[in-house]
Amino acid sequence: MGRGNFMALALMLLGVAGMPFLTSGSYALTVGIFAGINALVAIGLCILMGSAGQVSLGQAGFYGIGAYVSSVLSIKFGLPVALSMIAAMAVASFAAVLLAVPALRLKGHYLAVATLGFGEIINVLLNEWGPGGPSGFGDIPHLTLFGYTLSSTTANFYFIWICVAAVIIFSLNILNSRTGRSLRAIHGSETASIAMGLDIVALKMKVFILSAVYASFAGALYAHYVTFISPSSFNLFYSVLALMMVVLGGITNVWGGVAGAIIITILPELLRKFEEFDVLVYGLILTLSLLFLRKGIVPLLIEKAVRLKGGSGARA
Amino acid sequence: MNLKRSLLLGMTGVFAAGLFATTALAAPDTIKIGAIISVTGPASFLGEPEKNTLVMLQDQINKAGGIKGKNIQVIIEDSKSDETQAVLAAKKLLEKDNVIAIVGPSTTGESMALVPIMNAAKTPLVSCAAGAPITNPVGDREWIFKTPQYDTSAVEAIYTYMKKHGITKIGIITISTGFGDAGKKALQELAPKMGMTIVADEKYGPKDSDMTTQLTKIKAAGAQAVINWSVGPGQVVVTKNWHSLKMGIPLYHSHGWGSKKNIELAGKAAEGVIAPLGRLVVWDKLSDTHPQKALLKKFETDYKALYKSEPGTFGGHAYDSLMMVVEAIKAVGPDKKKIRDYVEGIKKMPGTGGIYNMSAKDHCGLDMSAFEMVIVKNGDWEILK
Amino acid sequence: MFTVFLQFLFSGLTVGAVYALVGMGFNIIYNSTSIINMAQGEFVVIGGLLMWFFTESVKLPFFLAAGLTILSAGLVGLLMERLTIRPLKSADLLLMIMVTIAVSILMRGVLMFKFGKDPYTYAPFTEGEPFTVAGAVIQQQTLWVIGVTACCIVMLYIFFNKTMMGKAMRACAVDTTAAKLVGINVSRVVMISFVLSAMVGAIGGIAITPISLMEYDKGPMLAVKGFCAAIMGGLGRGRGAVIGGFAIGILESMTAGYLHSGMKDAVALVIMLAILFFRPAGLFGSVAMSRLRKF
Repeated sequence: MGRGNFMALALMLLGVAGMPFLTSGSYALTVGIFAGINALVAIGLCILMGSAGQVSLGQAGFYGIGAYVSSVLSIKFGLPVALSMIAAMAVASFAAVLLAVPALRLKGHYLAVATLGFGEIINVLLNEWGPGGPSGFGDIPHLTLFGYTLSSTTANFYFIWICVAAVIIFSLNILNSRTGRSLRAIHGSETASIAMGLDIVALKMKVFILSAVYASFAGALYAHYVTFISPSSFNLFYSVLALMMVVLGGITNVWGGVAGAIIITILPELLRKFEEFDVLVYGLILTLSLLFLRKGIVPLLIEKAVRLKGGSGARA
Repeated sequence: MNLKRSLLLGMTGVFAAGLFATTALAAPDTIKIGAIISVTGPASFLGEPEKNTLVMLQDQINKAGGIKGKNIQVIIEDSKSDETQAVLAAKKLLEKDNVIAIVGPSTTGESMALVPIMNAAKTPLVSCAAGAPITNPVGDREWIFKTPQYDTSAVEAIYTYMKKHGITKIGIITISTGFGDAGKKALQELAPKMGMTIVADEKYGPKDSDMTTQLTKIKAAGAQAVINWSVGPGQVVVTKNWHSLKMGIPLYHSHGWGSKKNIELAGKAAEGVIAPLGRLVVWDKLSDTHPQKALLKKFETDYKALYKSEPGTFGGHAYDSLMMVVEAIKAVGPDKKKIRDYVEGIKKMPGTGGIYNMSAKDHCGLDMSAFEMVIVKNGDWEILK
Repeated sequence: MFTVFLQFLFSGLTVGAVYALVGMGFNIIYNSTSIINMAQGEFVVIGGLLMWFFTESVKLPFFLAAGLTILSAGLVGLLMERLTIRPLKSADLLLMIMVTIAVSILMRGVLMFKFGKDPYTYAPFTEGEPFTVAGAVIQQQTLWVIGVTACCIVMLYIFFNKTMMGKAMRACAVDTTAAKLVGINVSRVVMISFVLSAMVGAIGGIAITPISLMEYDKGPMLAVKGFCAAIMGGLGRGRGAVIGGFAIGILESMTAGYLHSGMKDAVALVIMLAILFFRPAGLFGSVAMSRLRKF
């Protein structure tokens, strides 16, 4: 983990720690919670796209699996929430393997459609077989850790962002390991990587599972925070939204996922002033930011920083 | 370089946090009521008339001098038909705007997502969605009320009418959303109790363009009537398909059918379609002594004059929800707990959805009598006796 | 029994024709740019809603209204390409696709403001009772939709094979750089592909609105189904999208008929995934060809 990442992480944690004191009430914290949940999904997608070069339009499927499996296990089978969350991630990674075996043979748009199809199938299944059907179900228990129940917004806010930080550290470590380097090689040129003796299918599979686990973790956190879920929260629109976060933030950097998630979560809240016009303004902002921030926000910021430093370096 | 990059990132975060830190200043002379409405998103056909109704009522009440000299302000937040957004909107209304009660949301799922929040904030919520779980079990729904009739009441009305006409075998077709699902459950639950047999149970998606297959299956299963449970364009497509298939068995819709727009869209295919509807759409056919008539007439004519369209059943839900809160404030003042207690004690209050009789056991206060069975004849509604 | 089967088939054809038309629009743009235009569904919506506007609101005669609708949609396609796709030039493909998603959100916003949230419809092209074939009923408008789809196929075939512009577009599809080298104005080709695809989408919208109604937010569903149709048939293959569209429509209808209507979307998708498993470039796409393209 480089110094930049370390500093960014420290600043993020500082910001998180200070949030409850900077803001009054739990509204901003609730926004923060959803931003954190989205960030988890986006980080996974970021690694999948930026490092392994794979597109997924099915993250909502894993997100939904996480939410539903964890809720059902904790309600119907009385499992402790922490355990049911782990079980949910296990189920999601199993689903990821099932999908990855056929899907990773596919490329580009074909892969995108395969993942899209997967997400939609999961959504249909949740509608048909999920408890409560399309109406969803509520009264899902909060997460209890070491005898403490995370029911307050502040507690959830802290917990979720600590999870985000942990996931960032974990992801950065993976990306800096042998696996990460191999992944970048694949992204560079698949043919060359195969020639170098890399098992690209196994590698892609690993990343695919990783992104699924992140998304399902986020889904479980969502369910146990909101305590009500219905299939409509886990449909294609969410997958597209996740993609938007990653592209807007920048796919080449894990921080891009975090930044994108925060922006996409906050944006509609800031646009509440525009009332009905928010759809228009939202679309316009998205279009313009994509047109002008092509590489994504975080990579652009880094570029700017490099240029700034280069300038001052020359003077000194 | 790394330092700068971290700084930039950090600053963005702090900036974002700062945006939320500002709290709106409350004008002392206005009573703030929140509203969470699906103005956009898949449920926006509910949200549109609801929002219009709320805006209209706010202006009417304030023009008439407000409540005891105080103006009311209905702060409408768009939930985008999404539960997450509804949760955020509720938090915003409760904390930034300090509202004393919330009207809405438009859909059952969003209302359900708000139950824990409203209970924790000890603020009354009067939902505009129909689902029975919104207010049941009442023990866990202390602060939650709803104004739309129960789905089971609508089903009861249909089944009662069918039995009178010798229909016992039915095929049901429902939309695969919360609305259709709630209707499906009510249809299934009441069927054995009322001596009905469901011989076919079909579904379709909210944006499907042809339901001929499902209807053909229902016909082949030997049903004596079709019941469709949906809102939005789906019910018009079902009506058209039913007509072109010449099915030879009657088509019943849910109370979601209650808008002239649907008759216009379906054209002559709508002739003979039967549905249980609140009295709002047929107010002009009620006797002058009916307790709802004056209110319905005023609401419908005012709305039409202002928006050049019909409020429909859903605008009516918003009317009832807001008026309950307003009546409560008139009687007991702007106090959350007192408003809750007042709404729970409402008796014989005429609204657009029916005549409300709330109690500690029933946070909806309507039954089957809220509906009239209405048939489409010559492009207009006609009450069936 | 046969009557019932036939009725399911007709229903499948009705729905499939819609998917096929949307799928064809995807292919036109894909061929010249490799972009999947996620705003394709909005072109269909624009077609339906503008047609309503011109016939019911302005009360223009049918052909004039249809012509104006198609032209306006073409103009929207042109603006979209000039304002959002062209400035990106050789940007990352993924970014371009995200831009089309952002544009589709914007378009939905505009449509919502102009037309509100209510569904719209107008009279079918020909009034009259539906036809009966062996006891099964088929609406006249369904035949129109299928007819319009067929016309579009033929006209696109002629355009791509017999006209200079069409041939240039096919050249771009094969190799953009080579096309540039032989003096083809690639930028113009891309622009025309957007215009053409918007027009095809609008024609689809005009034809299906009397059957399925049209509202501002129908686009995403149409886009997803059309995208699946194009993929199933093999991206870039004209007949592929048509056959893919009808295949998905009929699959959905048969699943609803013989299995369970709640599962129709899922079953159609599972079969599509299975096809991709055995033919990774779709039914008519060639794997060798698809290797040559990055996407």
